[in-house]
Amino acid sequence: MHGETDMNEGGPSGRFAPSASPLVHPHGVTERSPATPSDPSFRASATRALGDAQLRANFRRAMDGLMAKRAAQFPDPGDLQALRDLGTAVRARSLLRLPELLEQLEASCARNGIRVHWAETCDQANAIVLGLLKAKGATRVVKGKSMVSEEMHLNAFLEAHGIESLESDLGEYIIQLDHETPSHIIMPAIHKNKGQIARQFSQKIKDATYTEDVDELTALARKVLRQKFLEADAGLSGVNFAVAETGTLCLVENEGNGRMSTHVPPLHIAVMGLEKVVARLEDVAPLYALLTRSATGQPATTYLNLISGPRAKDEMDGPREVHLVILDNGRSRIYGDPQLQATLRCIRCGACMNHCPVYTRVGGHAYEAVYPGPIGTILTPQMEGVGRRHDLIHGSSLCGACSEVCPVEIPIPDILVRLRREATHADAGSKVAGKGTGQTMTEDLAWRAWAAVLKRPRLYRLSAWFATRFRGLIPGGMPLLKAWTMSRTTPLPAPRSLQERIRKGGLPHV
Amino acid sequence: MSDARAAILARLRSSGSGGPLPDLDTAVLERRHWSAAERVQRLRQGMASVHTEFLEARPEDWPAVLRAFCEREGLRTLLFGPATEAGHRLVEAMAGSPTALRPYDAPVETFKTELFQSVDAGFTTTVGGVAETGGLLLEPGPREPRLLSLVPPLHLALLPTSTLHDTLWSAIRALGWGQAPPPNALMISGPSKTADIEQTLAYGVHGPKRLVVILVHDLPGTPA
Ligand code: SF4
Repeated sequence: MHGETDMNEGGPSGRFAPSASPLVHPHGVTERSPATPSDPSFRASATRALGDAQLRANFRRAMDGLMAKRAAQFPDPGDLQALRDLGTAVRARSLLRLPELLEQLEASCARNGIRVHWAETCDQANAIVLGLLKAKGATRVVKGKSMVSEEMHLNAFLEAHGIESLESDLGEYIIQLDHETPSHIIMPAIHKNKGQIARQFSQKIKDATYTEDVDELTALARKVLRQKFLEADAGLSGVNFAVAETGTLCLVENEGNGRMSTHVPPLHIAVMGLEKVVARLEDVAPLYALLTRSATGQPATTYLNLISGPRAKDEMDGPREVHLVILDNGRSRIYGDPQLQATLRCIRCGACMNHCPVYTRVGGHAYEAVYPGPIGTILTPQMEGVGRRHDLIHGSSLCGACSEVCPVEIPIPDILVRLRREATHADAGSKVAGKGTGQTMTEDLAWRAWAAVLKRPRLYRLSAWFATRFRGLIPGGMPLLKAWTMSRTTPLPAPRSLQERIRKGGLPHV
Repeated sequence: MSDARAAILARLRSSGSGGPLPDLDTAVLERRHWSAAERVQRLRQGMASVHTEFLEARPEDWPAVLRAFCEREGLRTLLFGPATEAGHRLVEAMAGSPTALRPYDAPVETFKTELFQSVDAGFTTTVGGVAETGGLLLEPGPREPRLLSLVPPLHLALLPTSTLHDTLWSAIRALGWGQAPPPNALMISGPSKTADIEQTLAYGVHGPKRLVVILVHDLPGTPA
């Protein structure tokens, strides 16, 4: 089957640590093995994060600020809705024509002198990047911010091949110094406060003295990184939008490190997910307006950098070669489902995170995924398997704050509900990764018992009688209920069931 | 990896997702119109809010305004593109100035270290501005190289008020970027900045620490 080789498929082999043999239930439902270090667990990490007062304060402050700034940028609800409708339509149109636009992008890029490469998996994409670097003898790479490169774990891969791969976005630089991963897709170091960064800089940057002054810390990073830009053999970047008609790569940024990475070194390699394409350059205008306002509450970023080719013959600077690597990594499978396809409309603004009551409390690392927050709860399980990342599809209260702010109107809660269903009972013809592998034995037994009772009227009445008469005696610590009662009071059934009350008192006239 | 290409495209094609394309209703972008004076006002407001500085000039005196600024700031070197008309006027105006003009007329490889370490400022023209959000539009190229507006710690940009567009959307259409895009095109709203440390805004992180716009009032009837 196409598409099954391009990612971690979930299912038993993906879900279980090799050492633990799965318990097999008579009905074919497998019990999840006890968590092992290799098993991501949102529940466990979230619980840890909730106990970290500093972390919670760092996130709370940042997210409150971001929400207020975004709201200030959209003073007119009518205009906001019109702009969202336009942005959604632009993205939906691009997806409907995706194969055609990708081919057009490739042709336009070729015309402009940009070489296009295709990768089904992260491994392939990494190999392509390495090949391009090796061909030029490049050993020092500077990077602009790119979530796709995080998805590829490109830094670790390049380091393993003896190539220095240095993040140059200030936030990414900060977390790279500590060998951490981003906790937010827009502000990767949001989980750290300046005291933590000051300590880290004074320990890890040569000749640095301890300072908590943000301007001085920034100046310190500037000094180190400018030298790196100057010396770099190659620059790597992501792509915010790729324009099919013109063969243009659009980069949105504030710091200028993206421009440095793409224009100073002699070789520029851009990596992008295959969904990033739009038809025309003017389509970028509404998406850019939505992106900057939704992400950081700015009407515009410092730089919108439109790259349509390497250094021309008569130019004095710019890279001599530009390459674009287009990555699938499961996206074409997501594309195959009309409802789930909406996931690919995402423009990675991070607004869903900033407004999510779960994310704002636990932070990004708790998700143990490249993409955290609401978009991560639908994207990660579709990439890694709904069974393996069962924890994520349940890591939401379905409150709908995410879809309310999403600039391209992705119905995240609806998709979560769909994935929850598919995790246990796959739809006919479903293409969902790891479908049907998310049920635990306890859940399965509980639902079987529930079905058995509901199907038998006498048994149902008897259970209701017991539940109402002995309602005070239900132990809060009993399995299933415990997860609820750990942080809430035990729910109390009504003293009499509705049926009983109607039988006694009749129906009130309304 | 042509195998990957074929496999990816085949998977996308086999998904059978089709159907009518949703309409693009661009009314929300089209209704943003301002008078020439309002455009200047909006651009200035938007850019000043992100620390852009402005110098006021008339078409006939902008080189003198620029020279006065360079000397006031004690700039030692000003990098510029010598092949533009503005470049010619700059050469004339700066004769005898303590600020040395440095033409960017050779491949960057010949003076990369100097560019990074000892150029005080870079001067560029623009191809227009965006009123709605406040931004400069640049088309770097052979005459004004890409790094001219990026590497020097101070970027001086020449902006005639007659070249302002209402929105980015209308600018892209008017400049024809959607038909024949230059190898590099930029919209710039201010000096380089970051908020990556505790959401605290800091300016001058990688690119220019200061952006100074020489606003040339060339619209009939506008006071300088
Ligand atoms: S899902 Fe929507 S809100 Fe979340 S990052 Fe993507 S575009 Fe932004």
